[in-house]
Amino acid sequence: MNDMNITSAQYQADLDGNNCGINIVIDGITISVPLEVGNRHYDEIQRQVAAGTLTIQDAD
Amino acid sequence: MALSKIKANSITDDSITTDQIADTSVHGRRNLVINGAMTISQRGTSFTGFGAGVNYSLDRFAHFHSSDGAFTVSQETSVVPTDFTHALKVQTTTADASIAAGQRLIVFTRCEGNTVSHLNWGTSAAKTVTLSFYVRSSITGTHGGAFGNGSDNRNYPFTYTINSADTWERKTITVAGDTSGTWATGTGRSLQVVWGLGVGSTYSGAAGAWASGDINSATGATTGVLGTLNATWYLTGVQLEVGQATPFEHEPFGVTLQKAMRYYEKSYDYGTAPGASNNGTGIDHRTVGRDTPNAYGFFSTKFTTTKRAGPAVTVYAYTGTANKISNGDSGAELATVDAIQLSTTGFLTRNQQGSTITDQAIMFHYVADSEL
Repeated sequence: MNDMNITSAQYQADLDGNNCGINIVIDGITISVPLEVGNRHYDEIQRQVAAGTLTIQDAD
Repeated sequence: MALSKIKANSITDDSITTDQIADTSVHGRRNLVINGAMTISQRGTSFTGFGAGVNYSLDRFAHFHSSDGAFTVSQETSVVPTDFTHALKVQTTTADASIAAGQRLIVFTRCEGNTVSHLNWGTSAAKTVTLSFYVRSSITGTHGGAFGNGSDNRNYPFTYTINSADTWERKTITVAGDTSGTWATGTGRSLQVVWGLGVGSTYSGAAGAWASGDINSATGATTGVLGTLNATWYLTGVQLEVGQATPFEHEPFGVTLQKAMRYYEKSYDYGTAPGASNNGTGIDHRTVGRDTPNAYGFFSTKFTTTKRAGPAVTVYAYTGTANKISNGDSGAELATVDAIQLSTTGFLTRNQQGSTITDQAIMFHYVADSEL
């Protein structure tokens, strides 16, 4: 059972091309999430990725 | 005055009681739960249409739902116990009279490790705590809940009894601290208190003892709130403290709001829900920008209150559209953005329009979520 209904996820990249966050969509709203263990959104992303129910797309 | 001169009848009520001691200001800040009086609700005052999963409503309180039922959550201001002005209300709008083993509706609050580290849980020096709360429900009988840790692998189910329908009652539950398990002591999620409003057998356990596993209620507790159309359940005056129960510790609105903003903050006026359209009140972020190429940041935003951890951030235009900023003169939507450099103290709004935004005023609102 997922804590959040995340419908998409995509890495954010900084100007050097390094991943600096993840944009996720929940209920149609994009939320910017830090790459930080302990952030409940980030932790849930990692849990869903590990469960194979979510894939994080590469940054544009 | 020499101590020998103090006579028993010079002390109010001829005795010193726990309540009298607790009512003195020098014993303040004993409640480990934030917003126990349910006075703060930054996200709004009425919540419906929840999908399955975790949803926060009143500050620091959330619910988890995975059932065939439906319900509303609201900040109640009329049906409240003496000495209180607000309560959290849950009302069932679609009953789930046959809750499957893995289904549940729970209300919970979670404590940061920094707040409860002195309890020494997970060690032989674990302290006893008492949970007290005011509750009212249309469903009488034995209700359940549970204490748990941040890893969802330690639990202590408890029961309480609603003796009279639709009547406020105060309940106290004293628990010897857990001497096992892992209990976070830093900025992470540690102790959580759960009230079960309809919990299947998978998430129910024997009351009155610590055990391993993810358990949210006591075996045998009623599932009647979720199972009964229009059933109601109210909660306020939640207090968790070391030792025995004392009277609820009321605190100023601003103090509770400041505490809550460590976990959730919005730029909108307090009474305006995030995403409201054409909102020109409250603090906005209005600035005259330089030419800002795509993928470059505009200007940084500093939070009012330092967050527990780097938060998740959503930016809103004045139209109420998420992930947009507005033209600072007209209020019309100007560009698509996201938020980067998410830290405990602020963030940077970044142009994601795909083209340069020319030199002009911009404005926006934001929500920062660092809940546990």
